[in-house]
Amino acid sequence: MSVFGGGAPARVARSGAGRQRVRTVVIAVATMMAVASAVVAGTLMVVAAAPFDHAFDKQRGAHLTARFDPARAGAARLAETGRLDGVTASAGPYPSTTIRPVGRSGFPLPALTLVGRSDPHGAVDRVELTSGRWARGAGEIVLGSSFEGPGVEIGAVLKASDTANAPALSVVGFARSSSGTADAWSTPAQIGPLAARGHPVTSQMLYRLESADTREQVLAGRAGIAAAVPSGALLGTQSWLDARHAAGRGAAATVPFVTAFGVLGIVMSVIIVSSVVSGAVGTGLRRIGILKAIGFTPGEVVRAYVAQALAPACVGIVAGVPLGNLLAVPMLADTESVYGTVSLTVAWWVDVAVPAAALLVVVLAALVPARRAGRLPTVEAIAVGRAPRTGRGRRAHRTLGRLPLPRPVTYGLATPFTHPVRALAMLLAVAFGTVATTFAVGLTSSLTAVGSSQDPESRAAVTVTTVRAPAAAPPPPPPVVGDDGPPSPAGGGEEPPSPAVSGGTAAGASRPAAADPAKVRSALASRAGVESYYGKLRTEVAVAGVSGAVRASLYEGDARDGHHALLSGHWITGRGQIVVPTRFLERTSTEVGDTVRLTYRERSADLRIVGESFDTSGNEPEVHADMADFPPARPDTFLVEVKPGVPAEEVARELAALVRPLGGDATTVPPAERGGVLLLMDALALLLTLLLVCVAGLGILNSVVLDTRERVHDLGVCKAIGMTPRQTVGLVLASVGALGVVGALLGVPAGYVLHGLVVPAMGRAVGTGMPAAVLDVYTPVGLLLLGLGGVVLALLGALVPAGWAAGTRAATALRTE
Amino acid sequence: MNHVIELEGVAKRYDGAGAPALGPLTLGVAEGEALAVTGPSGSGKSTLLNLVAGLDRPTDGTVTVAGRRVDRLSEHALARFRRAHIGIAFQFFNLLDDLTVIDNIRLPAQLTGTGRRAAAARAGELMEMLGIQQHAHAYPGRLSGGERQRVGIARALINRPELLLADEPTGALDTAAGHGVRDLLRELHRGGQTIVLVTHDLALAEACASRTIHLVDGRLVLDTYARDAR
Repeated sequence: MSVFGGGAPARVARSGAGRQRVRTVVIAVATMMAVASAVVAGTLMVVAAAPFDHAFDKQRGAHLTARFDPARAGAARLAETGRLDGVTASAGPYPSTTIRPVGRSGFPLPALTLVGRSDPHGAVDRVELTSGRWARGAGEIVLGSSFEGPGVEIGAVLKASDTANAPALSVVGFARSSSGTADAWSTPAQIGPLAARGHPVTSQMLYRLESADTREQVLAGRAGIAAAVPSGALLGTQSWLDARHAAGRGAAATVPFVTAFGVLGIVMSVIIVSSVVSGAVGTGLRRIGILKAIGFTPGEVVRAYVAQALAPACVGIVAGVPLGNLLAVPMLADTESVYGTVSLTVAWWVDVAVPAAALLVVVLAALVPARRAGRLPTVEAIAVGRAPRTGRGRRAHRTLGRLPLPRPVTYGLATPFTHPVRALAMLLAVAFGTVATTFAVGLTSSLTAVGSSQDPESRAAVTVTTVRAPAAAPPPPPPVVGDDGPPSPAGGGEEPPSPAVSGGTAAGASRPAAADPAKVRSALASRAGVESYYGKLRTEVAVAGVSGAVRASLYEGDARDGHHALLSGHWITGRGQIVVPTRFLERTSTEVGDTVRLTYRERSADLRIVGESFDTSGNEPEVHADMADFPPARPDTFLVEVKPGVPAEEVARELAALVRPLGGDATTVPPAERGGVLLLMDALALLLTLLLVCVAGLGILNSVVLDTRERVHDLGVCKAIGMTPRQTVGLVLASVGALGVVGALLGVPAGYVLHGLVVPAMGRAVGTGMPAAVLDVYTPVGLLLLGLGGVVLALLGALVPAGWAAGTRAATALRTE
Repeated sequence: MNHVIELEGVAKRYDGAGAPALGPLTLGVAEGEALAVTGPSGSGKSTLLNLVAGLDRPTDGTVTVAGRRVDRLSEHALARFRRAHIGIAFQFFNLLDDLTVIDNIRLPAQLTGTGRRAAAARAGELMEMLGIQQHAHAYPGRLSGGERQRVGIARALINRPELLLADEPTGALDTAAGHGVRDLLRELHRGGQTIVLVTHDLALAEACASRTIHLVDGRLVLDTYARDAR
């Protein structure tokens, strides 16, 4: 059976829906848009947290992972920390170290935190074996499940390091720790022999805390533990919130803005559906009168008018659910990659709850005007068109008629006051359309600012590398948990082979010779067009207390030109300083002003955190330090500024000619490519904005069509007494132009405020604040143009009915009632 | 003789193959003439009026009003022509309910670009002439039928048109109000106003018109001049 049901009300609803095609389309599209947005928003809210939380609960994940110096705190002392106030469970101490194994084909894996555990069970962090078995003896290792792939499978043999006599390790299993407490596991007895120089054995303790929902609570837990051990014994900690943020970062970042669009879509749909049905009642009064005169009961009239809204709404819902599922797919895929084999789909209850709620909203929105239709006295309804109208809007006509504007314009300006409710609906449609556009423009600009702030190298005019581009990328290592993908080509993620070590890997993998940085510096100094330059090395370092390797950029010279956007503190100005992202501070439970120990190639340095950088790279935060703190480090890239008026291409060509014979290269910096999540958010914002603007336009179109139909007789009179088609168009457009101006005046500030709320919320979702460059993206001219956009939207929505009004013959219009 | 209206072989069909609703009709209306068009329902009276007013276009033939071929004008030009040369009084008045009496009357003048004050002065003049000045700021809904028709006629005359078209001007009025409108039209005719009056009311036609044509099934069957008009 159709949504219309059967019987006379059904036939009336069917004919009504068929006769008023614009109204039918508007309801269908508005509902579709609202449902699609709500499905995406609901799905992302579920996806952002649920899988991680489930896995974390199942594994009794560690809220706090701490590393201790075993020389300062023995096993008994550490075991006591598990009985501290606020600690509900603990596990350990487990011996732990950092190794850098080398694969079969000679490529090095990233630095791995190796923890010695006799089994994967325990009171905390019950590691889940995804394949194979647990390590039972010497020479066996279990790797994190993210390493599993064609290059590394069960039975594969790795070397513990790139030294010639490094022990071999056979991969016996793959496992996953939702808390991210380790990258690899072996028996406790193996840890000591595997510990390399510069990476001493530490003791790992895992804690579950009574309260660990916020960073402050985790910090409080850490403080209690730190106080319970001798000073200097606690080397570092890692919070579960960091892993949680990282797990859902892609989806979590999109939740606030998709929610904003979802709410906008739902509110706009409610306004439009109720205004459309209300308009149908208003303009169909005579029809209602006739229906009642021939015997329709009030209940049948109500049913007929609710069904007229419900039928297209059902079509919109049926289209909106798959559309929402489709839009959610890229987000789900992004999150799915974090959980490996865990398959994520749109939660079934989202696909049920959203359409049910949409149906309820449509019925409620339609019920109010439909009940008005049901209650309407028959005689009054049937007399419509013959009796004089109510006096609404007369004062507006008198007042606006005095304005020094052409009469059709002043007549049109007063028209909205005749139907205040319809005018309000139109005003809200314009306002919401403008809100969506303003918000989307701001959001896109913010995302662009995020993208450029993440790639400061793109600000340099010329990039000089010590190796040729094709040779710069090392063989791809297996991904680390939650990795965004391979590191950028500029750095390669690996320190380049310096002339001293070129070709020196234990596995014997041959590498091309790199240019001597000193000679590259000489080449740069010799070019007149070069204004300034600094050297950079993107590499990995070990940070005391942090599991696994940490990405680092080490700078040589004045690197202010290449600084990242800062949330607090200042950029590095010399040795002994480090700038770290918010996630690093959370991960290590440190603050600006604290000191951390970094190790690069067996050279450790204590560095003071002087700045908090803006970094959205998820669970792979990048720290920035002065190269002078790590003597073995040598730059693999030089970022060059050219003098004003000097073409960058020319300087790049000259430098290339000098450094290519040395083994390096020089190019102008290509435009930064947008990251996957940013692109996705851009596309989603664009799509949702287009949908909202279309719905707003259709809502305006519908209102103006209703208005024009109702006034067709008056327009016929005006034409009969000499109003030209152009003046008629002017009249109709003026009737929406003023609403467009007011809607824009409301919509632009509302969109501005919404942007100010949502963008910081997106930052919080991925565990970072937002710098001013990302937040302050609107300019006065831009806001003015957005306001004009609202007016244009209103005028575009009214253009078709205005043309229709202008084209209708006066004689035809005069015959219409 | 100087003709304000000239129809040459004018026919109007609403459905392509059927009999014409009007015509073929050839007719001239002289300046200062008051022509009454009579006939039963469906005889083509209103169609004739619509064609002369340029509200509709003929299927065949030519319609010339005040020297302009209105059947060839664009919608834009027709509107401009109509407001300058033709005034129309309707059976059901067709006043705009949202506007006061004075605003209704001066609207056609304002459409031509006449200033608000100049239009108000002319409207005042007409309201005084038609005896409705006391209702200047009232809304049409509060007036009697006769008063509304006077407002309609005042609106039709605001731009001093060469031609006044009146479509059943007493059709919606009681007898007393109808007599008032009849006297008004007669006065206007005496003042030299060219009038085309479509009516069922033969008494009205006799009282106001210098010439009467009678249509049946779209064809002209009678064309008579009043005795004093010959």
